[in-house]
Amino acid sequence: MTSTDDTPATAAGQDPDGTYPPLSPLTLFVAFSQMALSGFGGVLPFAYRHIVERRKWQTPAEFAEMLAWGQVLPGPTICNVSVMIGWKRGGLAGALAALAGMVAPPMVVVIAAGALYQRFDRVLVVQQALRGMSAVAAGLILATAIKMGIGLFDRKSPRAAQAMKVAYIVAAFIGVGLAHWPMVAVVGVLGTVSTATAVWRRS
Amino acid sequence: MTPAGDGESPLWILAAQLGLLSLMAIGGGVLMLAPDVHRLVTLSHHWITDAQFAAAFTIAQAAPGPNMLYVTIIGWQIAGLVGAIVATLAIIVPTTTLTLLLLRFGTRGEAGPFGRALRAGIAPVSVGLLLAGGWILARAAETSWHGALLTLIAVLVVTKTRVNPVLLIAAGAIAGILGWV
Repeated sequence: MTSTDDTPATAAGQDPDGTYPPLSPLTLFVAFSQMALSGFGGVLPFAYRHIVERRKWQTPAEFAEMLAWGQVLPGPTICNVSVMIGWKRGGLAGALAALAGMVAPPMVVVIAAGALYQRFDRVLVVQQALRGMSAVAAGLILATAIKMGIGLFDRKSPRAAQAMKVAYIVAAFIGVGLAHWPMVAVVGVLGTVSTATAVWRRS
Repeated sequence: MTPAGDGESPLWILAAQLGLLSLMAIGGGVLMLAPDVHRLVTLSHHWITDAQFAAAFTIAQAAPGPNMLYVTIIGWQIAGLVGAIVATLAIIVPTTTLTLLLLRFGTRGEAGPFGRALRAGIAPVSVGLLLAGGWILARAAETSWHGALLTLIAVLVVTKTRVNPVLLIAAGAIAGILGWV
């Protein structure tokens, strides 16, 4: 695999030709259940922690790429990401196992929580706790974005390419976070520009 | 457990409508679909009350797992365990089927120069979107500077240390219950 500015490092266990050894459906199911069951306030930061930092199944750049597809495709992002990672490491069975791990165990927890909530109708305490949890959850998402962003940069790559990456990050943040433009439009425009630039630079 | 007003089974309508809505949820916006789901189950069909909807949303956020599981509780409120399973499948099956079809049939150009450029170009955009998502959540959650401080502390701890984020979430919950946020 030639080292370009877009592949700063290879993930652990990656074969020299850039492919990954397959994982069993059971391994994927267990791993994705762990992520899902620790995913308070949103699973994504926990998925990043498990997949990139602990198990080193993907590099930050690869994770960012899959996340982008998961965001652009319709449906719950984290489910799309589970299916894509499961597919890559275990084919159709792996994709279904990862998705089942992501959804089924927390489903049981949520139904149990719903039953408890009906019994102990203490709305205020839960809402107060949620306010604190949401503030932390927002911090987790921001921190994940920062770590993933740092993972996209490589000292060896040309300055112009690095500056362009910063520009795309900032533009996407402003477009969706501050201007509240539709995500599809922001991704469509920035994706087209960035792809065109990358094609042009390589040719 | 509110029975359907009309003779038609609410489960089929719920499943079909949730499936359609999820296919329109581009940008991971199953949370953003909440207003549409709310309209469907409370205003259009009177299956559940506003309070039940709010409770479903709150529980799903407090519990671990994907946030979209609020539809599981709504399904459970409408038709018990079968409703919970049907509602959850309705949200995930159509969209993940689409993703699988794309993975199966849409990756031919992946290895080529265009595919590489597309994948390289989209990663920074994804990081920007994630920053925006965190920012929007922070703005929605925080009613005081205490909340902003809590968010900032979480960012610093997660980027600088290897502390398990579950502990931070628990600390956030305690801070909330004590009324510090």
